[in-house]
Amino acid sequence: MISPKSDSADENLPHETNHVPVGGPNPVSAPQVPLSVDDLTVAYHRKPVIWDIGFDLPAGSLVGVVGPNGAGKSTLLKAIMDLVPRVSGRVRVFGDTYKHNRHRVGYVPQRETVDWDFPVDALDVVTMGLYSKIGWCLPVRKKHRNLAMDALDQVGIAHLAKRQISQLSGGQQQRTFLARALVQDADLYLMDEPFAAVDASTERAIVEILRTMKRDHKTVVVIHHDLQTVPEYFDHVVLLNMRVVAHGAVEDVFTSDNLQKTYGGRLTLLDEVTEAMRRREQTL
Amino acid sequence: MTVERVSRLAAPVLFLLLAAATAESQSTSTLTDRSISWPTWQQWQRVATLRDYNSRVVIFGTAVLGCAAGLVGSFTLLRRRALMGDALSHASLPGIALAFLLVSTSGGEGKSLPVLLTGATISGLLGVLAILGIRNLTRLKEDAALGIVLSVFFGAGIALLGIVQQTASGHAAGLESFIYGKTASMGSADARMITVASLISIGVCGLLFKEFKLLCFDEGFAASRGKPVVLLDIALMALVVTVSIVGLQAVGLVLMIALLVIPAAAARFWTEKMASMTLISAAIGTAGGVIGAAMSALFSRLPSGAMIVLVCTTFFAISMLFGPQRGVLIRTLRRRRLNQKIERQHLLRGIYETLEVPKPAVQPSFRQPVSLATLLPVRSWSTRKLTSIIRHAQDDSLVRFREAEKEVILTKAGVKEAAHLTRQHRLWELYLISYAEIAPGRVDRDADAIEHVLEPEIVEELEALLDQRQPRIQVPRSPHELEAPS
Repeated sequence: MISPKSDSADENLPHETNHVPVGGPNPVSAPQVPLSVDDLTVAYHRKPVIWDIGFDLPAGSLVGVVGPNGAGKSTLLKAIMDLVPRVSGRVRVFGDTYKHNRHRVGYVPQRETVDWDFPVDALDVVTMGLYSKIGWCLPVRKKHRNLAMDALDQVGIAHLAKRQISQLSGGQQQRTFLARALVQDADLYLMDEPFAAVDASTERAIVEILRTMKRDHKTVVVIHHDLQTVPEYFDHVVLLNMRVVAHGAVEDVFTSDNLQKTYGGRLTLLDEVTEAMRRREQTL
Repeated sequence: MTVERVSRLAAPVLFLLLAAATAESQSTSTLTDRSISWPTWQQWQRVATLRDYNSRVVIFGTAVLGCAAGLVGSFTLLRRRALMGDALSHASLPGIALAFLLVSTSGGEGKSLPVLLTGATISGLLGVLAILGIRNLTRLKEDAALGIVLSVFFGAGIALLGIVQQTASGHAAGLESFIYGKTASMGSADARMITVASLISIGVCGLLFKEFKLLCFDEGFAASRGKPVVLLDIALMALVVTVSIVGLQAVGLVLMIALLVIPAAAARFWTEKMASMTLISAAIGTAGGVIGAAMSALFSRLPSGAMIVLVCTTFFAISMLFGPQRGVLIRTLRRRRLNQKIERQHLLRGIYETLEVPKPAVQPSFRQPVSLATLLPVRSWSTRKLTSIIRHAQDDSLVRFREAEKEVILTKAGVKEAAHLTRQHRLWELYLISYAEIAPGRVDRDADAIEHVLEPEIVEELEALLDQRQPRIQVPRSPHELEAPS
């Protein structure tokens, strides 16, 4: 079994992390660690989907989660947010439970999970990110709409605020989802395939936003499919295939050896990835 | 052919109505008297002016009920749980019969509405639980579970009603009004209960509007924000239960689902905003309730459930055809207008390019006549089609059509428009070629000017490229103010 904990992240932690009883009352990981996952196992129906997942993420990093289809990437994000029941494991967000620090986490679900024919416009969708802040039973007010407009402006589609969401292109829909997460002003963002099926200009815009977020010392976890762009977009990577194959800084972990272990023998992209890594080294 | 289809569709509807009507008359009057008489002027007046207290209360009750059903229905429709209400109301029948049997054999008043509705609620909820059980414990899908539970419970209810009829001496009559709905059997106390329950439902919908909207749109995101998704779903279900159960008497359990689905579905044709959709749906539900109950008061043999549903359906048909957002008519018109616009653009560009090609060196004159014969091969036009396109363009004074010579000439405005279109077209083409990797998401050939969509540097670059390849097209600057490109 490969030990997934990287040394650099462990420095922030008390050393005996694993011996603290799971679910104990005391926060066991330091509050400056945005996300700390230990021994996480989730099972659907008959078999475990992810098991023994463990990693810590350093603050202010862009983290790519990659792995083949069915590797449990979305399940991992959902388990972090308590959206699926876990068999075992402990998740700490800024040193406390997700429930406690929920307001510091922004979530961008997969685009296909919702019905885009729904009778709302882009601005409505973005204000949904503020519903928790607005509170139960209270209406959306002008200042909330202004915040939402700012978020739409940030992703470059403020002029489409009043457009019904089915009239948006795929990339614009993705930007809307991103704006809905941005409007929460969180410190840790979890994004489920934001780059899936978007046009190249949207991809560039999203990358630009990710970099701004990093500059503002936010931590972003992104499920990603395109191995070639991993070295360009992210500085940390988690290689996942039901268990964590490796995790750490891109230059340490994103090796053809590890990719082979993640994707098995069927990885034809390997050479291209090696090439991409070489380019990255040259530019650094 | 269409008439045939309509009549084939209409036959079962009519049959259902007649069956319902006869079932009513059997239970309320002698077997021989089955006539439906036209109401007298006095009766019209009484209903229209709401003269008697009872009909006033009843009509108000069904109005509030229709409003609540319209509101709740728009949430369940968007949550794709519309048929839950159907299963629930059908499953309430055995509860009604059993409650009557139990209470009347133990010496109580079996026909009191609270007793019957308690029974209805219990067995309705059991039905919903059975559906959830089948769905979660087996690998059957929800539609199969719905079909099974709905029919089994309804069948059991009919059987129990048969038993009721045999044992309890005649005074069980009237239980059937729960099947097809009969406002005439409602007392003012019943109507008040319906009103209160519906008002509570309306209040809850208003308070939880934002939360329900999020639940219906994106359950996963709602859960990640810490919204109690399961509780909200239960609350929505409880609203469906409330509305369905209190609606049993007025609308009947067979047709209750219509009041939950039809107003909401009709409202969707009118708007793209959720708030307006719920309001329109509530309005249609209210109108259905009022008109249906009034009709039922006038024609005492027609079941009110059928009346309410037919009124709602009328609204639905109107919405489907004429809805300004998604109606059939507007969509057909939009498509036609788009087709015409594209055809016109093809025509103008065709003329322009025909005149432009032969003499690249000299400045060509675009006000020469072009014969139809030259234009025909440009596109896959038939002569008739081309003539009609030209006529349309002539109506907007973009071209002049010389019918005798079979020639067409661009007007001054036409030349300007044609030059604009051709330049636009070529710029987009170039853009697609030069920026193949980012282009498809941004190409908007319908935009007034390419400058509205692309950055000015890119447009300049494209223009330079274009000048190298083809003679420059002089286009007067767009009169519109340029928006900042996104």
